[in-house]
Amino acid sequence: MSVHDTAEPNRRDFLYIATGAVGAVGAIAAVWPFIDQMNPDAATLALAEIDVDVSQVAEGQSITAKWRGKPVFIRQRTAKEVEEAKAVELGELKDPIARNANLAADAPATDVNRSAAAEGTDAAAKEQWLVMIGVCTHLGCIPLGQSGPYNGWFCPCHGSAYDTAGRIRQGPAPENMAIPPFKFTTDTNIRIG
Amino acid sequence: MKKLLPALLAAGLAFAPAAFAQDGKGPNENSASEQAAAGQDPAAEEAEEGHAETPHYPLKEPEELDWSFAGPFGHWDLAQLQRGLKVYKEVCSACHGMKLVAFRNLEALGYSEEQVKAFAAEYTVQDGPNGDGEMFDRPGIPSDYFPSPFPNPQAAAAANNGAAPPDFSLLAKARAAERGFPTFLFDLLTQYQQGGPDYIHALITGYGQEPSPAVEKSIQPGTYYNPYFMSAPALAMPPPISDGQVEYADGAPQTVDQYSRDVAAFMMWAAEPHLVERKATGFVTMIFLIVFAGLLYVVKGRVWAGTPH
Amino acid sequence: MSGHSSYVPSKGVMQWLDARLPLPRLFYDSFVAYPVPRNLNYAYTFGGILALFLGVQILTGIVLAMHYAANSAIAFDSVEKIMRDVNWGWLLRYMHANGASFFFIAVYVHIFRGLYYGSYKAPREVLWILGVIIFLLMMATAFMGYVLPWGQMSFWGATVITNFFTAFPLIGDPIHQLLLGGFAVDNATLNRFFSLHYLLPFMIAGVVILHVWALHVTGQTNPTGVEVKSSKDTVPFTPHATIKDGFAMVVFLALFAYMVFYLPNYLGHPDNYVEANPLKTPSHIVPEWYFLPFYAMLRAITFNIGPIDSKLGGVLVMFGSILVLFFLPWLDTSRIRSTAFRPMYKIFFWILVADCVFLGWLGSKPPEGVYPALALAGTIYYFGHFLIVLPVLGLVETPKRLPGSITEAVLARNGGGGTPAGAAAAPDTKG
Repeated sequence: MSVHDTAEPNRRDFLYIATGAVGAVGAIAAVWPFIDQMNPDAATLALAEIDVDVSQVAEGQSITAKWRGKPVFIRQRTAKEVEEAKAVELGELKDPIARNANLAADAPATDVNRSAAAEGTDAAAKEQWLVMIGVCTHLGCIPLGQSGPYNGWFCPCHGSAYDTAGRIRQGPAPENMAIPPFKFTTDTNIRIG
Repeated sequence: MKKLLPALLAAGLAFAPAAFAQDGKGPNENSASEQAAAGQDPAAEEAEEGHAETPHYPLKEPEELDWSFAGPFGHWDLAQLQRGLKVYKEVCSACHGMKLVAFRNLEALGYSEEQVKAFAAEYTVQDGPNGDGEMFDRPGIPSDYFPSPFPNPQAAAAANNGAAPPDFSLLAKARAAERGFPTFLFDLLTQYQQGGPDYIHALITGYGQEPSPAVEKSIQPGTYYNPYFMSAPALAMPPPISDGQVEYADGAPQTVDQYSRDVAAFMMWAAEPHLVERKATGFVTMIFLIVFAGLLYVVKGRVWAGTPH
Repeated sequence: MSGHSSYVPSKGVMQWLDARLPLPRLFYDSFVAYPVPRNLNYAYTFGGILALFLGVQILTGIVLAMHYAANSAIAFDSVEKIMRDVNWGWLLRYMHANGASFFFIAVYVHIFRGLYYGSYKAPREVLWILGVIIFLLMMATAFMGYVLPWGQMSFWGATVITNFFTAFPLIGDPIHQLLLGGFAVDNATLNRFFSLHYLLPFMIAGVVILHVWALHVTGQTNPTGVEVKSSKDTVPFTPHATIKDGFAMVVFLALFAYMVFYLPNYLGHPDNYVEANPLKTPSHIVPEWYFLPFYAMLRAITFNIGPIDSKLGGVLVMFGSILVLFFLPWLDTSRIRSTAFRPMYKIFFWILVADCVFLGWLGSKPPEGVYPALALAGTIYYFGHFLIVLPVLGLVETPKRLPGSITEAVLARNGGGGTPAGAAAAPDTKG
């Protein structure tokens, strides 16, 4: 059949290859909007800040604020808890990095670097304050406060234990709990975000 | 792809001057003013004959203006949008909300993040409930939306003689005078999508004309005659702005005509913030599809060569 | 899908799979070796274009549903959130909205091509009827989709269309309330319309599979209307039809892109950018352009016909205008398939096309003055075409001489030689 002869694809034919390549590029470009639409939208990405009044948080108490859909633990630690945290050698830590969004990415996980004192203003007086995203770095559950073997936080889902500075000490979680960007705008007000 | 986008935009904008040169000289303007003139006469005659049937509004067709965002390479005139925002803020926002536009969107008007923050902070936004369960007021932040001047449509209507001022967010797309046959077919080629801004400009500048006696009879008390209004001879909104009311820092004329152009352009941006991105993406897409179609046509010729059909 | 298979699995994996689940064979027989008449023109590419657009609509629809909220309190704002905040949301939504229009453009070309070349005649009655069912499902899907943005036209369109059912005596009102889930269009209505709008396209896809199956059993018609007689009359689907369909699809996509990127609101109505208000009807409500001819027929009946009041009459006429298409294979008495060989019917065909355009124009006009009377005339002609012209013309018309075969017709036209592709097809693209 004569038809069949001309239809036989000639793989060396530049025209066919070029057409196929152009079509493939177009198809890939057309797919992108369908994938990218699943990314967070502009409203979600818009920098959201919250102000939290901490005047009612006495020593040894905590409150939980909601920021970007996640809980943020704000705790004024007792002197004993701070001492416990300071006593830990960096070498003992499972994750030696501070995970503090206000510091450099490789800052060591000392107690000062974990606490609000690291954030600059009025350093010494703020070391009692701990502000961190209350999400277990294992698989996203919310740990229970003041419990577990290190008297810090304990995640009931899979048994990760954090110390009084929110650092991972035992269990499957890989990292210390994250510190969000925040600052004290006054002595009793924290702006997160 | 995100990095590609600015490149696409630049490609689209690079062609803009050529497009404008054409648009300015094209037959558009002439035909537009002819239509406007032609639109006047039948409407006036109809009104004078009395009401054989329901009169058709608007009584006059809006004038077609030159907009920077018209046509395939349309782009925003940022200075104009900033002036429009100023007019909106100082005049229109007393009655009209714009609830779908957030302060963060204003960065598209050429403002820096800091300027947007400062702008947002000038507004008071209700937030809450706080720890005591109370709603409280605070200064606006970029993620807030423009607050509406009235708490709900009922309050807006009650404060304005029963006619609630419409929200501005989509008004430039929600208003347009009907395009008759055959104009609507030509619109396919001229890509005319500026019915909204043309209408808004015509409406704001259309006050203060003398109605014909027949029309005057049908004007409700408490409304203002405006032959460009699309659903009646007169509307509840009084003339909203006068010459010199808003101060322009960039030397643009401080006239009602200029104010209405600027605020109409601004409203088009508010209604269709991705317009420029859309047209620039379209340019690349059209080029691609035409090239691809051409290639396919040649391949088709090869495949069918020797097969009479 | 048709008859015996010529598939010879080449590689090991294909052979293995073919022996267990003959998917490769099905694909090969349906889209590679399937013989198509060699003389098809571009009007025959719209089936493929329709398949493409069903895909476009389903894909864009699925991703839009990830962001849309089917609740009357926030539906309007959620669509605006898609337009403003969602990445590429404006593109996806404009594609979906204009895609519906282009779907209908393609389906109307496809239907009129079927009418012109007698694609409904034996042995393709079931193929035709499946097509009419797809058309009905498309209309239902498009109508419910238009309600979802919850603008003024959405709301009042839904109110008017669902009120059709109240025209039927006794059962009308209960059915109306059942459809709405209330006494007026409201949140319950919006929710069920969203659910059904998501479901129906997959039902369309199912019927499309039956439609293609039926097509592959009988084979395509062709511009001569003479059935395929030998393998000389056909070419294999791939590459001949594939490349031609592909070219037509890309040209159609270019027109689509022109509207999406440059005139996205041209086919829409400004009032749909005003949020639904159950207490205020817009001054002039019109359906989307693709429903306008049917809308004109609905409004053409302004008088009672015996025991049938004008309201029920209008509804019956409107439904009847589609119902009559189901009986088309038996209404046309002519033994000649292609209109190309029916000189008188050719005239009536184009009058019918003009009548449908005329009705569409009337559908966009307010129901006052001379318009209802013109609409009535157009409606009467529409039914007259199917119920009088088609049956009578087949008995009285003298057709032109038919060619002996497709090949004979092709060679006669080409003077026996091989002309470049496309040159011969171009004049036939009408219809």
